[in-house]
Amino acid sequence: MGDRVFKLVTGNRLRDGKVVYFAGDSAWTPTIAEARLVEDGDGAALLAEAQAGPPPHPAIAPTLIEATRDGDRVVPVTLRECIRACGPTITHYGG
Amino acid sequence: MYRYDEFDRKFLEGRVAQYRDQVRRRLAGQLSEDEFRSLRLMNGLYLQLHAYMLRISIPYGTLSSAKLRGLAEVARRWDQGYGHFTTRQNIQFNWIHLEDTPDILAHLATVELHGIQTSGNSFRNITTDPFAGVASDEIEDPRPYCEIVRQWAALHPEFSFLPRKFKIAINAAGEDRAAVMIHDLGLYLRRNDQGEIGFTVAVGGGLGRTPILAQTVRDFVPRRDVLAYITACLRVYNQYGRRDNLFKSRIKILVQSLGIEKYRQEVEVEFAAMGDEREALALPDETVAAMQAQFAPPAYADAAGDKAALFEAIAAEPEFARWVERNTRPHKQPGYSIVVISLKPPGRPTGDCSARQMNAIADLADAVSAGEIRVTHDQNLVLPYVRQGALYDLWLRLGAAGLATPNIGLASDIICCPGLDYCSLATARSIPIAQALALHLAKREAEIGPLQIKISGCINACGHHHVGHIGILGLEKNGAESYQITVGGSDNAQAALGGIVGPAVAAHEVIATVDRLIDAYVRLRHAGEQFPDTYRRVGLAPFKEALVVAR
Repeated sequence: MGDRVFKLVTGNRLRDGKVVYFAGDSAWTPTIAEARLVEDGDGAALLAEAQAGPPPHPAIAPTLIEATRDGDRVVPVTLRECIRACGPTITHYGG
Repeated sequence: MYRYDEFDRKFLEGRVAQYRDQVRRRLAGQLSEDEFRSLRLMNGLYLQLHAYMLRISIPYGTLSSAKLRGLAEVARRWDQGYGHFTTRQNIQFNWIHLEDTPDILAHLATVELHGIQTSGNSFRNITTDPFAGVASDEIEDPRPYCEIVRQWAALHPEFSFLPRKFKIAINAAGEDRAAVMIHDLGLYLRRNDQGEIGFTVAVGGGLGRTPILAQTVRDFVPRRDVLAYITACLRVYNQYGRRDNLFKSRIKILVQSLGIEKYRQEVEVEFAAMGDEREALALPDETVAAMQAQFAPPAYADAAGDKAALFEAIAAEPEFARWVERNTRPHKQPGYSIVVISLKPPGRPTGDCSARQMNAIADLADAVSAGEIRVTHDQNLVLPYVRQGALYDLWLRLGAAGLATPNIGLASDIICCPGLDYCSLATARSIPIAQALALHLAKREAEIGPLQIKISGCINACGHHHVGHIGILGLEKNGAESYQITVGGSDNAQAALGGIVGPAVAAHEVIATVDRLIDAYVRLRHAGEQFPDTYRRVGLAPFKEALVVAR
C-alpha cells in the first residue's frame, strides 16, 4: 500500500443515501476508485468545488477524507471510511 | 391491543401528507439539508453510514400480526429484505431511500405504525415487560398505563422542547424485565397496604457517557394522580435541565447535580401547586377501565389437559425439551406458555429478522397466539398466548424458518447494537464481536448457564453494556478498534453497573478475555448462583486477577 496520503470528498447521495465520492466536474460516483484525489494542500479547494452547484445538491454533507493508493485501488485511511466504501464487514446480513 | 380511533387515523394521514410534501420540496431543492434534517428526524428518518435508516416505533413492544406483516412488507419492498429489532423494542431498517419514505410511512400508517418521536429531544417509545398481560408474577397488565402515558406524551405541547430525549419504562411484575432502572423515568406498578393500585416513581436512570441508575422520587403515587405527578417531574426537568451542554442535558445529570432530595422537593412543590390542573390530569377509574378493555386477553380455552401431551413430547424429543426449557416461560393461564423466539442463532447478526421470517412469525401468531407478538429489549420476539398442546408443532414450524434456537438467556443470546457496520455514531464494530462470541460460547453455554453479554459500539451504550453480566464497549484507540470489558452489571430488579476489569483489549483478544472471565465465574460460583450473585459476593478483584494472571 502506498504511503502517500491523498484527499478526496465523500457524501451520501440525496435521493437514496448511498455513499458517493466527488469525481470532479460536478460528477459524483459510488465507486471510490473513480474519486478525484488531490494532494493534502489542495483539499480545501476540492471540497469547495464539491460543495458548489445549484440546489438540490446531489450529495449530503460533502466531507474531506484521507486515502492512499494501492495499485488501482483507493483505500481510505480510517476503518469507518473503509466500511462506508465497501459495506458492512459482517459475513451474513440480509436475514 | 390499542386500536386507532378516527382521530389517530386522521392525524397520521395528515402527518404523512405533510411529510410527503416536505420530501418533494427537499428533492426539488426548495429545502436545504439543514432545513430538512429535523423534519425527517421527526418522522424517524436518520442518515447512517451507507443509507438512510428508518426507525419505527413499536409502542411498548406490542405488535399484531398485521403490523408485523406491514413491517415485513417494508423490508421486502423498500429495504434489503430484513429489519433490525432494537433494545428499545423498536425496529430499524438500514437501507432506506429518501424518495421511498413517504410511501413507506403511508403503508405503515395502514397498520397503525409510524416513526414519530423515535428521534430528537422528545418522549421516546414507552417500553415495558414483553410478558405484559401474561406473566405469572404480574400485578396487572402494564400496557393500558403505557398507552395512557403514550397518549399524554405524544406531541405534548409543553414538553416539545425538552433539554434532551426522554425515555419512560413501566413495569408491573415482581421481576423487572423492562430494565426500568436505566430509564429517564420509571414507573413500578404496585399495590399499597389498602390494596389500591399506584406507582413507585423513579427518575434519573440512563447509560451512555455517564451511567447512573434511577432513584426513587416517591414510593407510591396513586394511579389517579400518576399523570399529574410525572407532569411535575417533567416540569422540574424542563425548567432546570441543561440545554447549554449536550453531555449534561439528560435528567440523570440534573438529579445527580441537585441531589435526589432537592429534586424531590422541587417536584412535590410543583405537584402541590397544580390545583385544578391536577384534577384535569386525573385518571378516573372509568378511563383506566376503558383502556384496560382495549388490552383484554383473548378467550382462553380450557387447556389444563395440554400438559400431558407436552410432557410426552418432551420425553420423546430431547431437542424439543431443550427448547421448551430455554425458550418458554410460565403463563398466568393454566395450560398456556409464553414463547420467546430467539433472533440470535449463533453467527447471525443479533436482532435481525428477514421479511420471510417476519411473515412466518405473523402466520404463527395468528395460528397459535391470538395474532399477537411482542418485541423484547433483548432483541427477541415473543408469542404470548400459546397453548401447551400447540408447542411441539410451533417448535417444528419455527425450526423450518430458522427461528428455533434454544438459547434464551444463555451466553449466545447477546444484546448488540449495530455498531460501526451501520451506525454513524459508532467508534468500533459490535456485530462481528457478537457473532464470534456467540459461535464460540454456544459450545459451552450449557455448562455456563444463564449469562447476559451486552455489546455497544460506542459510549452511547445502545447495547446496554454497563448492565451486562459481561459488558463490552467498542472504542477507537489510535485508529484501531479496542474493547473495554466490564463485569457484574445487571438490568433487573437488583440493577447494577458493571466494573471495568482491566485495560481495553484488541478485537482478536475479546474471545479469550471473555473466556477467562467466564472460567473465573464458573470456578467462583456457589451452587444456584448466577453471575450477578457471584459478583455481589466476590466483587471485581477475582475477575481482574483472572486477567492479570493470564497476561
